[in-house]
Amino acid sequence: MQSTVNESVEQFIALEQQKTLLRILTCGSVDDGKSTLIGRLLHDTRNVYEDQLQSIAKGTLNRSTAAVDLSLLTDGLRAEREQGITIDVAYRYFTTARRKFVLADTPGHEQFTRNMATGASTADVAIILIDARHGVLPQSRRHAYICSLLGIRTAVVAINKMDLLGFDQKVFDAIRAEFAPLLEQLHYDNPYFLPCSALDGDNIVDRSKRIPWFEGPALLEYLENTDPNDRAAQGDFRFSVQHVIRPNLDFRGYAGTIASGVIRTGDDIRVWPSRRTSKISRIVTYDGDLEAAQAGQSVTLTLEDEIDIARGELFTRSHEAPTTAKRFYADIVWMQDRPLRLDRPWIIKHTTRQVRTRAVRIRHRVNINTFEEQHNIQQLGLNEIGVVEFEGALPLFFDPYTSNRTTGAFIIIDPETNATAGAGMLRGAVEAEFRPVKPGDRVARYGHQSKVIRLNGRTDLARRLERRIFDRGGVAAVLDHANIEVLEALAEAGCIALLVNEPSTAPLAVEDHAAIEELLDEIFGSHSEDGKAGEVATEGEGI
Amino acid sequence: MSTAVVTGQRLAYLRAIEAESIHIFREVVSEFQRPVMLYSIGKDSAVMLRLAQKAFYPGPIPFPLLHIDTGYKFREMIEFRDRYTAELGLRLVVHRNEEAIANGAHPSILGTQRCCGLLKTQALLDGLRNGGYDAAFGGARRDEEKSRAKERIYSFRDSHGQWDPRNQRPELWNIYNSRIEPKESIRVFPLSNWTEIDIWQYIHLENIPIVPLYYAMTRDVVVRGNSITLSEAAPGEPTVPMKVRMRSLGCSPCTGAIRSEADTLPKIIDELRGFRRSERENRVIDHDTEGSMEIKKREGYF
Repeated sequence: MQSTVNESVEQFIALEQQKTLLRILTCGSVDDGKSTLIGRLLHDTRNVYEDQLQSIAKGTLNRSTAAVDLSLLTDGLRAEREQGITIDVAYRYFTTARRKFVLADTPGHEQFTRNMATGASTADVAIILIDARHGVLPQSRRHAYICSLLGIRTAVVAINKMDLLGFDQKVFDAIRAEFAPLLEQLHYDNPYFLPCSALDGDNIVDRSKRIPWFEGPALLEYLENTDPNDRAAQGDFRFSVQHVIRPNLDFRGYAGTIASGVIRTGDDIRVWPSRRTSKISRIVTYDGDLEAAQAGQSVTLTLEDEIDIARGELFTRSHEAPTTAKRFYADIVWMQDRPLRLDRPWIIKHTTRQVRTRAVRIRHRVNINTFEEQHNIQQLGLNEIGVVEFEGALPLFFDPYTSNRTTGAFIIIDPETNATAGAGMLRGAVEAEFRPVKPGDRVARYGHQSKVIRLNGRTDLARRLERRIFDRGGVAAVLDHANIEVLEALAEAGCIALLVNEPSTAPLAVEDHAAIEELLDEIFGSHSEDGKAGEVATEGEGI
Repeated sequence: MSTAVVTGQRLAYLRAIEAESIHIFREVVSEFQRPVMLYSIGKDSAVMLRLAQKAFYPGPIPFPLLHIDTGYKFREMIEFRDRYTAELGLRLVVHRNEEAIANGAHPSILGTQRCCGLLKTQALLDGLRNGGYDAAFGGARRDEEKSRAKERIYSFRDSHGQWDPRNQRPELWNIYNSRIEPKESIRVFPLSNWTEIDIWQYIHLENIPIVPLYYAMTRDVVVRGNSITLSEAAPGEPTVPMKVRMRSLGCSPCTGAIRSEADTLPKIIDELRGFRRSERENRVIDHDTEGSMEIKKREGYF
């Protein structure tokens, strides 16, 4: 008796260890039947306990509906139950014979865009609910857009309440025809359109017999089998140092979670920002050293070389450089009342680093119902989305968010309130703008304006002056004769032209130290701030 | 757990949530001045301890444990606590609301809400303040209770230790906002994404020691209505021997036992698979009014 219990449990546990975790997100509003759908999923997969069902029966007394309302399983805060709406993200857990699921239940209303973005940030699959009676609404488009922006590429479009329309295939086809092109434009990978009724359970856990014209799997079957491309596991190796572990002088390990890719002992790595290289000597864990480790694992790496490395530094393979930039731009979802403005400092937390930044330019704001780009925008308000350029006090080492959801992501913290003010999805470095060299730039570098000095045939004096000018950081050219084109070119370049064989009105001697010092002071002390050097120099009378 | 096989595929789920928890421990220790772990002696605390060992291996766990002792914890819990923490060489801080205990605080006199308020919430806030802790790990899980389903992994508490569920910081990816002002603090929940059965499987796979009360054995119990209790019988109240175990550990007057034959971990897991009722059902304090966990949490309960 005892051994059979143990065997069957051991078998169960062994199977459990093979299950993978899928993170899913539901978006829609109460009116779309979102909470009912989740309640149905939890209830029909036997992931709700009886006392929880009884407690929602108790909760239901406070509401007008009399029957047990499955949506009450999900609304966890009193304010939500009182108002009958979902305000905040809630996480639900359910399991089937094949998989474990973490479901982020997010509110659908526009004023809760930030909460949907929060839930979407970790999700692999989005379930977008559409009420079959209303078809594609602005909110459906908004949900698809936000999920795409946060990097979700696998979507189920659950066309709900089909029972109210007699499971009419024409309604389903029309909605699909309208919505599919938009999803393609938003880079979804083969979205799955599903006709269903969450209230009655059609096509949720089991395939519905009431929709004979539809042959695809029910929602749960789809979720158990879909295999969203795990970009993190397949990407370049990225590892941000979280913590340096030094229990004694003989051990120095770098603890962190592998953001993407795979690492093996002996692999060469490069450390950013120092760009120094080394090799992985050990991959240490409490359960023993590993030969290799992959994205998602929390490990401690040791290196063959002694390099001084601190929290926040990044390990890559030596030939797989990240983007390095002080000026970068990103898609921003703004999450607090105090708007994003250009005149305020912001702290960016990217991987395991906090960097002081300022926003330098808002490229555009996106109308999240029409996706129209609005320009000449001075600020982003709560729940608004836009593309913003930042300049950091230090450079970031990153990848574009579309290729790496860990090294491409950051949060923005308001240093005045410490609130999490926004979320950022990095797009790339801002290319330095082309700025032609201006006279002022030359003056700033050389310390003088251009000037013509005539030396009455004194070659020795010319070379001595050149040396003195050179030593003070200036630039001079020695010429025999004046040639107007050459002089103009030298003036343009900010040079001092020393003309050996040109007569001077005020001859200078090598021995005349005082006069030479005076001349040098004049050269290095007399440049004008606005740097209009050329004019002055060509016309200026030399010595 | 066994050595990982690198496949380039998704990690198995228990490995994925284990890695996530380890990441959280390391992040907190790197960004806060004085972290502490709230150690309740229960199964979730046992898992937290193992995860903390893993996070800082081969170094030691770099923070102390804080136990809030209501004076009503089962004797076996206190014995286990002292033995196990000594074995691991951990620093244990015990805090009690001595004043309330001296005044004879008891749920039958004060009611459960007021009793919890004094012996747990008040004691916790005082214990955290005494230690000057700016981050406190707790073993709460989102699957336990519906207000906890809305909880963040980093749960911001104001200078009075209170939670404002309507004004929580958004929490994206695995990037946590650790910035606080003096006297404010963060409660950190590394087990947020674990479920009850995950906890038991992990204890089994990792051979983690737990309090013997979790295993079924014949004990003298008092039966009051639907509840089976291990607490002292009132004068004249009969005790009966019964094979029982605790599914969840709290204070003795408010935590019921369940009839069970599960005297090994596989049997506990097997029993759990068949359960139709939640683990906190036997915790009186969750059910005194609708939404009572949310109210306690707002006041500073963890």
